[in-house]
Amino acid sequence: MTASNNDDFVVFDHVQKSYDGELLVVKDLNLSIGKGEFLTLLGPSGSGKTTCLMMLAGFETATNGDIRLDGNPINNIPPHKRGIGMVFQNYALFPHMTVGENLAFPLEVRKMGKSEREEKVKYALDMVQMGDFAGRRPAQLSGGQQQRIALARALVFNPQLVLMDEPLGALDKQLREHMQYEIKHLHESLGITVVYVTHDQSEALTMSDRVAVFEDGRIQQLSSPDDLYERPENSFVAQFIGENNKLVGTVAAVKGTTATVKLDNGSVTEALAVNCGEVGDRTTLSIRPERVDLGGKKTKNTTDALVKELIYLGDHIRCRMEVHGNDEFIVKVPNAAGHKHLVEGEKTTVTWAKEDCRALDA
Amino acid sequence: MALPIYASPLQTAWYYGFRFICAVIFFFLIFPIMVIIPLSFNAQDFFTFTPEMLAFKAEGYSTKHYQDFFTNSDWQNALRNSLRIAPMATLLSVSFGTLAAIGLSQSHVPFRRAIMAILISPMIVPLIISAASMYFFFSRIGLQGTYMGVVLAHAVLGVPFVIITVTATLVGFDKSLTRAAANMGAGPVRTFFKIQMPLILPGVISGGLFAFITSFDEVVVVLFVGSAGQKTLPWQMFTGLREQISPTILAVATILIVVSIMLLTTLELLRRRSERLRGMSPG
Repeated sequence: MTASNNDDFVVFDHVQKSYDGELLVVKDLNLSIGKGEFLTLLGPSGSGKTTCLMMLAGFETATNGDIRLDGNPINNIPPHKRGIGMVFQNYALFPHMTVGENLAFPLEVRKMGKSEREEKVKYALDMVQMGDFAGRRPAQLSGGQQQRIALARALVFNPQLVLMDEPLGALDKQLREHMQYEIKHLHESLGITVVYVTHDQSEALTMSDRVAVFEDGRIQQLSSPDDLYERPENSFVAQFIGENNKLVGTVAAVKGTTATVKLDNGSVTEALAVNCGEVGDRTTLSIRPERVDLGGKKTKNTTDALVKELIYLGDHIRCRMEVHGNDEFIVKVPNAAGHKHLVEGEKTTVTWAKEDCRALDA
Repeated sequence: MALPIYASPLQTAWYYGFRFICAVIFFFLIFPIMVIIPLSFNAQDFFTFTPEMLAFKAEGYSTKHYQDFFTNSDWQNALRNSLRIAPMATLLSVSFGTLAAIGLSQSHVPFRRAIMAILISPMIVPLIISAASMYFFFSRIGLQGTYMGVVLAHAVLGVPFVIITVTATLVGFDKSLTRAAANMGAGPVRTFFKIQMPLILPGVISGGLFAFITSFDEVVVVLFVGSAGQKTLPWQMFTGLREQISPTILAVATILIVVSIMLLTTLELLRRRSERLRGMSPG
């Protein structure tokens, strides 16, 4: 038994998972989750994020490695003895029980007295503003209401750790955004640790303290939402999080943090060397659409651009251009006074700061 | 559905032809059974309608065959035996059938299709073959001619019905519910009785009913496996038909029809109630 501290509330220690004994779905996962942290596992389907959550809940066993909760290894503890709360993707409310009975279930299992039980159920229902619904059956509730009940049921027995498996996936956009804030606020006011799985990046960025981006059974990057968006460490993360412009080329020189890159169309540009390897290696440059300046002052990184398509989006105009031979280059032009009015087929220039152009792996 | 005005002659012909076929099917299915009911009130010891009955005269009808059934010790013994055997066989079929269905619905069980086929085979194998083989097997191990032997034989015949109905309800059972229960701290036993069982109950009940009727109506296997001490109602009816041709059989048949209809009605009401509880239809 190892001593636990607040930074290692949940620990994945060299965890591997294979369903068939050959293909590793999770490859060497090392992850420490702090007490009270809101950590999101983000990734495309099949990236291993749900498998990790299921191993933590105890519904899957790790093929190799240790999972520790509060310092204790939990590999050999069955799910019903782990005391972890969970919100399921399809809510998993018991259809034959009322809302109140659903919430009382984990308390009955813990042999709690009737009066204490009723008090806790009422408190949990009030917490999600569903106090008047204790007598209803799940089928009589809307999707959003069922979601709240599932949340209340996962919290009612005061677990230290709550897992959420894409809990908002079935809700419409507006309700989803509303619930994101509610979950966030509950997390803050209760001080619980939350491990949240989603494939929706805006959900991950809005709610989390830290985000682990999964791909191919590995964590590609583990950092705070702003770092993830502004300082992606590899081209997968850059491409997966937010909108991204990609320019492909070969490293010509690296000096300090500056990489000189010869792009495939022959032109040469400067970028921030992040993960680009050595001279001669292939590299992908990543530039966020909102960090590109149209027209503006000429610098070393100014280049010609041809407007291909304009899409009006109200608050901004999405402009597809041809830049350095890439005709999928997107620039966001704010729809505000003083900004250049573009027409399709127009020739202009684009400029970006060297720091905003990150040279990543190919 | 009414015939649309634009129907072609062929469609019109099919429209009426289809109704005619349905009527004929129901006639052949139900009429022979319906005839039994008035005949069972025959005042004479005949299997045919007497002129008095056809003229609807009161003296043509009587309940003496019913009285015979309720007073004759042969019939009463048979009824008692049936009522001792069928519920016990049903209990065994339901317990084992439900467990088997749950086990076989888990994807990690090896050879589940083969096991399922073996368990369902009593429904497919001709009854006379099952009966003869059980007779030889049970005689070797001392179960032939015993109460337990007949119960076991009937339980085997009932298991396929339970497996099929429970498997059908399990298809609609959301596995994340058992995970949710485990996650909230409920052990496997509590999860089974509090979560899974209430939700698959409609399937268990209809399977149980089929198993009960199978045992209650069964004549071939009991003739082989049973002895005089396990003479059931169908057995008594069978010997009655062969040896004494008494219309008491018709009275018994009528009673059995009424009991079956009542069982089916109860079942349907239970099923609707449980569906309402599951929130599948507006409450």
